[in-house]
Order: sequence, then C-alpha cells, then structure tokens
Amino acid sequence: MHRPDGGLRRPAAIRLIATAMPDTSAIRCHGLVKRYGDVVAVDGLDLDVRFGECFGLLGPNGAGKTTTVEVLQGILPADAGDVQILGRTWGDHEHELRQRIGTQLQETRFPEKLTVLETTRLFRSFYRHGMPAERALGIVELEEKKKAWVKNLSGGQRQRLALAVALVSEPELLFLDEPTSGLDPQARRQLWDVLGTLRAAGRTVVLTTHYMDEAERLCDRVAVVDHGRVIALGTPRELIASLGAEHVVEFAVGGDPPAPEHLRALPGVREVRPEDGGVRLTVAQPHTTVPALLALLGREGAELTRLATHHATLEDVFLRLTGRSLRDG
Amino acid sequence: MADHPGPPLVHLTLWRLRELTREPEALFWVFAFPILLALALGVAFRNRAPQALSVAVQAGPGADSAVSALAAVPELRVVKLDSLEAYQRLRSGRVALVVIPGPWVTFQFDSTRSESRLARLEADAALQRGAGRHDLIVIRDALITEPGSRYIDFLIPGLLGLNIMSTGMWGIGFGIVRTRSAKLLRRLQASPMRRSQFLLSQALARLAFLVLEVVSVLGFGVVAFGVPVRGSLVLVAVIVLAGALAFSGLGLLVASRAQTVEGVSGLMNVVMVPMWVFSGVFFSWAHFPDAIHPLIRALPLTALNDGLRAVLLDGAGMPAVAGFLGIMLAWGIATFVVSVRIFRWS
Repeated sequence: MHRPDGGLRRPAAIRLIATAMPDTSAIRCHGLVKRYGDVVAVDGLDLDVRFGECFGLLGPNGAGKTTTVEVLQGILPADAGDVQILGRTWGDHEHELRQRIGTQLQETRFPEKLTVLETTRLFRSFYRHGMPAERALGIVELEEKKKAWVKNLSGGQRQRLALAVALVSEPELLFLDEPTSGLDPQARRQLWDVLGTLRAAGRTVVLTTHYMDEAERLCDRVAVVDHGRVIALGTPRELIASLGAEHVVEFAVGGDPPAPEHLRALPGVREVRPEDGGVRLTVAQPHTTVPALLALLGREGAELTRLATHHATLEDVFLRLTGRSLRDG
Repeated sequence: MADHPGPPLVHLTLWRLRELTREPEALFWVFAFPILLALALGVAFRNRAPQALSVAVQAGPGADSAVSALAAVPELRVVKLDSLEAYQRLRSGRVALVVIPGPWVTFQFDSTRSESRLARLEADAALQRGAGRHDLIVIRDALITEPGSRYIDFLIPGLLGLNIMSTGMWGIGFGIVRTRSAKLLRRLQASPMRRSQFLLSQALARLAFLVLEVVSVLGFGVVAFGVPVRGSLVLVAVIVLAGALAFSGLGLLVASRAQTVEGVSGLMNVVMVPMWVFSGVFFSWAHFPDAIHPLIRALPLTALNDGLRAVLLDGAGMPAVAGFLGIMLAWGIATFVVSVRIFRWS
C-alpha cells in the first residue's frame, strides 16, 4: 500500500494551530545556557522554529547541537534561558508535551532480541494517540523487516527504525539528532528520501546535523551553530547568498602563490582565503575568473598543481564565519 | 482508540520476558544450572554405607596378633607395614591411624581428623576385647535414614534460595544496566512512559520466571531425591515472594547508577559472594564463630534459606517464619526506596 504521501497525514492539531494562529512558534528559545562543570556547552542560544518547517541546526561535532535539542526535549535541565515548546513549558506540562513530541536521539540501541514490529508497538503503547505500528514502518520502508530481530538490522535500517518509533505517535513536533550520522552514502540517501516525505507532508521537524549537504537538502531554514551560539540563520539559499558570490575556486601552485591583492583584482573575485597548501577564491562566475587566474599564473611563472571549482555550499558559509571547516570540528 | 496496542505495562513486561526467553544462555543459568548442581551434589553426598577406616599396624613383635584382632572389626581395614611406610601413609591421609604394637601399644594419629579419632576408638575397643576385656552393658544400634535429615534435604532449600538470589539480582541488575548503556533508558525517559511502570514491569517479568524456576528446582528435589515438603506450600510461596522482593530491590540498588555491564558485575559479586559463603547454602552457618552470627542472620539469603528449611523440612508455620519474612521485606523495601531516589536514567 503505497500512497504518494507515504501514508502520512498532517496531524489535525497542526492544521488547526497553523491556520488559527499563524504567528505561533513551535519552539521558542531565548538565552539558553547549559554548562557541564567549567565547560559551556550552550552559550546564550536563541531559536524560533515555526510550525510546518523543517529546521536544521548545523555545526561541527561539539558545537552544542545535541545539548540544545536535549534541553528543548526536556531531557536535560537548562542552567539559564526560557524554553517554550508548543506554547508550553517543561516545568508545567511535562506529561502533555511528552505525548505531543516525537524524538530520535543519538546512539539509542533498541533491544537486540525484539523484532522491529515489537519495538515499534512497545513505544506506540506509551502514547494515547498515534498510528498503527505497521503504518509507521511503512513510512520508513521497513515493513518487510517487521519480523526481523533488531540485532539483524543494518545501520541504515536501525536509523529508520528509530525514525519509525519517533513517528508512531504522529507527533506535532519531531526532533531528529544526527539522523544519518555514521551511515554509508546509499543508506543516507534512502533516509533523506523518507525525511523528504515528512517535510513535504508539512511536519514540524528540528534536525541536527554536521553534514552541510544534508542541511541544504532537507531544511527550510538552518541555524549555523558554533561554540554553543547561533552564528547565522536563514534559508540555505540566503546563507549561501550571504557569501556575496555563489562559486568557489580552489587552486594550488608549485611555489609561492600570487599575492592576495593580485588575486583580489581578478574579475568576479569577492574573497581570497589562503588555506592548507593552496588558495580559496569566492567568485561570482568561474568562467570569467578561471581564465584570468591562469593568465596571472602564467605571467608569474607559477606551476599549477591543483584546480577545482564548485558551487558554494553551507560548508563555505561555515568556513567564512569561523575560519574552520565543519569536518575539523 | 482502535490503533492502540494495549497497556504499556503489558508491552514493557513482554519486552523483558522475550529478552529472557530468547536468550538460551539465560535459560540455562536459571533452570538447568541449579538442577545440575543439585544433581551433582546430591550424588556426591548421597547416603551410603559408612566407609571402612584404614588402619596400619607397624611390623614388629606382636604385629600379627594385633592385625587379627583388628581384622575382626568390620569398620576397619587393616594393613601391616614397616614403620617408614606406615608413617608416610598416615601423613598423606591414606591411613587414619598407625598401631605400634609392643609391651604397650602406641596409637599414632592426628587428633584433628575426626576419622582418626574414630579409628582410634574402634582399634582401642578391638584390641582390649582381643586381650580379654568384657563389656559390662549391652548396647544395641538402631539406624535411621529418614528423609529430612540427609545432606540433600539440607541442600535443596539452600540451592533454591541461592537461585532466587542470583536470578533476581542478575535478571534485574543486568537488564537495567544493559538498557542504560544502550542509551535506551534515556530514550524511554524522552517518551511519556511512566517510570514506575518501567520498574514494575521488571518485577512482573521476574515474577513469571520465579514461579517456573522454583517449581523446577523444588520439583526436581522432591522427585529425584524425595526431599520432603512438610509445611504448607502457600507459606513456601510467601517466603519465595519475600525473597524475590528482597533480591529484586538489591538488584535494582546495585544497578541504579552503574553505567557498564562490567561495572555492575563487580558490584553484584561484592554483594552476592559473602552470602554464598555465609548464608548457609552448602553448609550450616552455625560453623562460623558465634560473634558474627547476628550479622549472618541479618542477611537476606540467610533469612530465605532458614525460612525455606523451616517450612520444607520442619513443617514450621507462619509464627515460626515471621521473623525471616520481616528481614526479607525490610531489605526489599529499604533497597527499593533508596534505588528509586538515586536511580540514573542516562
């Protein structure tokens, strides 16, 4: 039974709230602080997640993303700041909120000797409302494995099970913490397809990731997080546009590279940044910059050892903002 | 709600039961191990004709008459040896006593060995009688082999207690720590699951197994060795339940903060090994010095073993075992209250 929307219904409560109160936020978080001893994991973080959007927290490992979503989910207490989830606070409405949110945490290992269906039913039994376990498994394309023990699932299948368990209560708000971390490319793409259907169905999702391609592909809006703070916020397109140019040219030469002021004078170059063993140019149009660059190198007698161009990505945005790459942490 | 699969408590309990029944090793330790242990010990210590005591007579004048006098006693097995060989056998325990004949007879033996003291009495009587002593009173032996007084009768209730302790503590402690180290407790904490139901489901699953394991161990003792059940089975069940409660609480306490399975294993042993030794599983705790008897009696396994023995072997009623029940309930309640306070969900 394959329906075009993957069997998803938009929860009635969301439709109502979305139409009746268009300004209401699913999450409002202001000045959030969380410390572990002397280490400040979250350092005055502000967030505003709207109903029906897929919101991404993008940042390197250790940026404070997981701590942030765990505080938002009422698993960790905050040291300071205000958090409102679905217009409620954890202190006053914990049990109600637990019924209304769904979650997938990092590193959860479900019982090895339960089947996929038994696991999903177990979690379904905690919620008053929701969908049949089989339907949740259908959404994540795990129906064929419903009688398999969790122990015999691949990494990608385990992540999809975690997603089914998060979806089975038809949550109004869904938290996904690094949903594709550690998966091979094929399993990631498969999970992206599932997450794409959730987004298309208008579910409110908060997603953390350190993969910029994941954030670009899945999220309506992205908050770039570093050292426990939001350092940039917007749609992926807006963030990339903030670089002032949409392409990146990277090159390396045998000897010393040309002086930065010469490079900056090349047509279409917005920014010059030396990096490990080469130079990185942010440019408007590679087809005008690259021939000029080659001519410059020819005049200076420099031998080109590497040349690559790509569309600017969120990775480039992060690099521009922090001087570090996402993968370096 | 047609979509709802049923009460969470049922699903949580089923989870534990499935985990246990799908783990063949767990089934072995719960059911097969205690039965095999009872079988092995029951066979090793079965009642049999008393073994003949070996006595050596040192070669020399008068040795032959001593040998013939001693050989008349059925409980003694006599050999004639030269003095070096006799001494070596005595030292290595192969003979219980060396008789050195002569103008006066010398008995060479180790007075701390009970079989040597017994051999000395037998040899003394035989030699005196051989020399013409007459007994002044007539003594007749009346032998008993009544069920209830054999070693196996002592052992089966002890093994039952031991099993209730180890499956209770391992079952609860291991399960919880494994769930915690899989970050599953944290995931459950993020759901609307009621925490009390989680803890209750652990106890319920435990109870289902308890019934099976008690029936199998006790049933084995009754069928294979004729161990008596003199008191009421209802009272046995009450004692078993109280014991299970005490050890579930202890298991919960031990598991309440441990992060790894290795960590909890160490703690389990710290708690359980003293009870293996002191609580009268394989031999009576009365052998330990009087000074520590009050401590031993306060242990939950001592209370469980003594309670089971009182009801099964002596047919004791409620008043006689109320003290044991009290000790076990106190352990159960105290450990549960402390555990719930210090329990870590992540």
